[in-house]
Parts: sequence; structure tokens; C-alpha cells
Amino acid sequence: MPAPLLVPAVLGVLFLALPLVGLLVRTPWSQLGPQLAAPGVGQALRLSLVSATLATLLSLLMGVPLAWVLARSRARGRTVLRALVTVPLVLPPVVGGVALFLVLGRQGLVGSWLDDAFGITIPFSTTAVVIAETFVAMPFLVISVEGALRAADARFEDVAATLGAGRWTTFRRVTLPMVAPGIAAGAVLCWARALGEFGATITFAGNFPGTTQTMPLAVYLALQRDPDAAIVLSVLLLGVSLATLLLLRDRWLGRAGVP
Amino acid sequence: MSLRAAVSVRRGTLDLQLDVEVADGEVLAVLGPNGAGKSTLLRVLAGLLLPDSGVVVVDGATWDDDGTHLPASRRSLGMVFQDALLFPHLSVADNVAFGLRTRGTGRTAARAAADDRLARVGLEGMGGRRPAELSGGQAQRAALARALVGEPALLLLDEPLSALDARTRLTVRAELRRHLAEFRGSTVLVTHDPVDAMALADRVVVVEDGRVVQAGTPHEVARCPRTDYVARLGGLALLPGTGEGRTVRVENGGVVAVAEEARGPVFAAIRPESVALYLSRPDGSPRNVWPVTLAGATPHGATVRCDLSGEVPLVADVTATAFAELGLTPGAPAWAVVKASEVTVYER
Repeated sequence: MPAPLLVPAVLGVLFLALPLVGLLVRTPWSQLGPQLAAPGVGQALRLSLVSATLATLLSLLMGVPLAWVLARSRARGRTVLRALVTVPLVLPPVVGGVALFLVLGRQGLVGSWLDDAFGITIPFSTTAVVIAETFVAMPFLVISVEGALRAADARFEDVAATLGAGRWTTFRRVTLPMVAPGIAAGAVLCWARALGEFGATITFAGNFPGTTQTMPLAVYLALQRDPDAAIVLSVLLLGVSLATLLLLRDRWLGRAGVP
Repeated sequence: MSLRAAVSVRRGTLDLQLDVEVADGEVLAVLGPNGAGKSTLLRVLAGLLLPDSGVVVVDGATWDDDGTHLPASRRSLGMVFQDALLFPHLSVADNVAFGLRTRGTGRTAARAAADDRLARVGLEGMGGRRPAELSGGQAQRAALARALVGEPALLLLDEPLSALDARTRLTVRAELRRHLAEFRGSTVLVTHDPVDAMALADRVVVVEDGRVVQAGTPHEVARCPRTDYVARLGGLALLPGTGEGRTVRVENGGVVAVAEEARGPVFAAIRPESVALYLSRPDGSPRNVWPVTLAGATPHGATVRCDLSGEVPLVADVTATAFAELGLTPGAPAWAVVKASEVTVYER
């Protein structure tokens, strides 16, 4: 292997792996139990898992049909639509939080109407956490599912049509099962992104223990007050992420590999 | 059950204008080179492609007309594609039952009909398998079962045998022939292989550049081709010319002696096995003798097919032994001899 490629590659691996190694080295393993049992930790973890899962479900519900439109429709506005979907990918999350606040906040475009008509206020609630996470994470799902749809052989949809299947039946019984591995991969990416969401969440939902304080927020706060606690929480998040990755690799990526 | 279609489609360089009619239980083969528009015709008939204009009427029901377009899913048809295209996520039986389920048949009845149909194509007991576990021939049989299980009015076959290896093709072709004989609806078979057309079709239309250039029974088309494409499929040399009694003056020069009286514009067709090759001019009677040069030679079964150029371009099949004895190399001169009685002459 030529050195001009090998050396930067090794540096790259070190750059990515060293921080994780540092985290594990500095972890006060003896204090792990008590730290995890501390009040608030379980609460934050549960809130994180629940809100990330809800955000993923919401993303699936809206993102899969959106991906289908992007992949299959020949409408003129498709390029614009794709750009719109991609914006949250490149937008700083804090800006996303501000934007959500301006629309759904008490004085916001939609928020003021929700407040007047139904007495619903969204900001600084668990609902706000889920919305912020969905906003930031859904594009990951859309992009991944759209790619899977494009790669899938569209001739199978023609076959289904010649067998009496309308477009909805074709989507449900042929297209969806064929792109299932792509959807699963997209959902994992989406879930992981939602789990780690920080900027949009703290801007739009705030940082209230029990209702809006997710794990990343708890880690950041703990770092200023009690670094050991921050390390323990970080290791916990790392563990959850790695466990998900391993679990889903066996479950989906493994099966997708079988022809 | 019958099909009547007049279809016009323009797509890029393709300008397709075809009229076809297929009667009850009849098999029409659409034969033509790649890009002639054969598959486009099938996609229009299936309702997968909207024609620029045209009429498709099946069993008296209008599928396409000005302002009418019945979507594919509501047409009573079965279609078999070049690659079997069995849904990879469904079992073989579920693939076959698919069309019945979408049209409202209950699960149990659909499953029973699928198993029955699988048995009829020789796949008894294979319903539980995944498509990936089938061989190419088995997959194509399952695809045929899937297309026929709903007893459609129209069966469309898009190059159904061309993805199979030569040996499998032979057996699947024979089986397909049997199923087509039993099928009561109309069948349109698209192929570029003349053997498929000869073996399976009652009638053949030859399509080139989006137009029908010849129509007739397989025998007529094979015996009296009207274009170079069809002639070359059978290895025939097709010589357009003018009949002058017992001779035909070929358009590009040269004269062919024939056995029957011929007048006016005619084709003279010469089969490759009728052409004999000699190194020196043979003595003789009222025969056709032309000086030629060998333009190319390809092995063709037990014989060697020789392309000959000269004032009368010919194709000759000689045995491998004879070819070796002649010692011909490309560009080498030779004499080609054809009996007058071996030349087929028919009107242009």
C-alpha cells in the first residue's frame, strides 16, 4: 500500500478512535453503579429513548411517503422539494430550534393559533423535544429510503400492475417489502441522530429535568458541575448507541446480505 | 376473446405505427430486431405505456381509445417478462396467487388455485420455495403460471425464452407450446428469435423501424422473406430483381436462372444448403454458376456458413470436411453453383 494513502488513513482511524478510548480510560468504573442510580439519570435516559423512538415513528410515517414522492414522481417541483428536505441536514440545529420556536412558539405563526383555539402550548414540553428531534433526524430517513427506492427494480411494479394491483396495493405489497432493508437502515440512522440531538432541543424545548432534559443535555450540564457524572452518562450513551448498532446489524443488515 | 389494436407511439428516435389483430386462441409472434418497437407495443397493450394515439380493443371492451385509458391493473391480462421477475420477498406460491388476491379471491381459494397451476407447469410441491431457490427454467415456468392463473383474455410474452440457456430453452419452449395450445385467449409473443416464432406462433408479423414489413404464417415468412433481416435470420440470400421469363435480373447486377416462369418485380431466395462451392469452374448444363470470393466463415453446427461476395451475394453451408478440403481463406476466389430448381421466386 502506498504511504501517501496509508499514513493519512491511519491518522484518520486514530483521530476517530482516540476520543472514545480516552472516554473509556477516564471512566471511574467503581463509581459506575452509584452514578447511574443517581436521581435524574434514569429519568433522562428514559426520556431520551422514548422521544427518539417517537421521533423515528413520526419520521417513518411522513418520511417514507415523502421519499416515495421524491423517487417516483416526475413532477417539476421535485428538485426544489429535495432541496427543502435536505436543508435540515446542513442547517445548524440551533437555527432549526429557533425556526421551530418562531413557528410553534406561543407567539408563532401556528403556535398562537394553537394556543387561541385549543389552549395548546408546545415549547418547553416533551412534545417539543419530539418535534425538534423529528425535524433534525427525518432527512436522514428520507435520503436513505429514497436511495433504496431508486435502487429497487421498478419493473416489479410493472409486474404488479399487470397482476391487477393498483398503485397503493403495489406500494404496500411489492415496493415496501422490497425496500424494507433500506427503511430499516434509515430508521436506525434517524433514531441515532434523534438520540444525540442537542441544539434544536435545548433551543425549542429547554432543559427541564423530567420533561425536556434528554441525555445529551444532562451530559452537557453535568460536565460543568460534576465531570465524573458527565463521563458516566457519556459512556452510557455510547453503550446504547453501540448496542443498537450491533443489534440491528444482526437483525437487518445480516439478513439483507442473504440473496 | 380477441385483440384488435392500432397503436402509434413516438419516443425519441422510435416512431411506432402498428396494427395487429389476434383471434381467439391464436398466437401472434412479433418478430424483429432490437429497437424495432416490439416491447413498446407490448407495454401499450399492457397499459403500462400511454400511446400517443391508438385503439386497443379486447373482447369487445375498449382498453385504449381517444380519451379512454384503462390502467394496467384493470385489464384482464397476464404478462411474462424476459427475466421471470418473480417477487423476491414472496414464496413461489404467493407469487402465483398474487394476481388472484389483488382481484379479490380469498386466501385459501387463491392458494389452492396457485398450487394447482404450479402442478400444471411441472412445479408441484415447489410453492413453498423462494424464487431465488429456483433454476432459470423453473422461475420462467412459475412466471407463466402467475400470468395464466387468472385466466386472462390476453397473454403477453416479452422474450420469454431469451434469458434461458440453450438446453433449458428447448424444454421450456416445448412446454410453452403445450400451454399456449390450451390457452383460450389471445397471445402476443415478442421475440427476436425466429425459432421461437416458428415453434410457437400461428401467425408472424415482422416489425422493423416501428412498421410491419411482413405478415403471414411462420412457414410463409420463413420461405419467402421480404426483407434482408428476415432472410438473414434463416440464412437465406434474398435477391430483389426483375423476372424475364426463366431468368431473374438481380437489381445489383447478375442474372439468376430459375425453374419457373417469372415476370416483373420479384424476389429470388436461395437457401444456404442449395449452394455448392468449387475451386474451379465446373462444366455443365443450365445451372447458375457465379465467380465469388469468401467474405467470412462461421461454424454453424456440423457445417460452416460461408458469406460469399460477388455479382450475386450468397450464403453457403458446406460441411466442415468439405470446407477443409477446399482450403478456402477469406478473400479466396471460388465458384458457386445453384440449381435453377433450388431458387424460390415470388412477387415483390
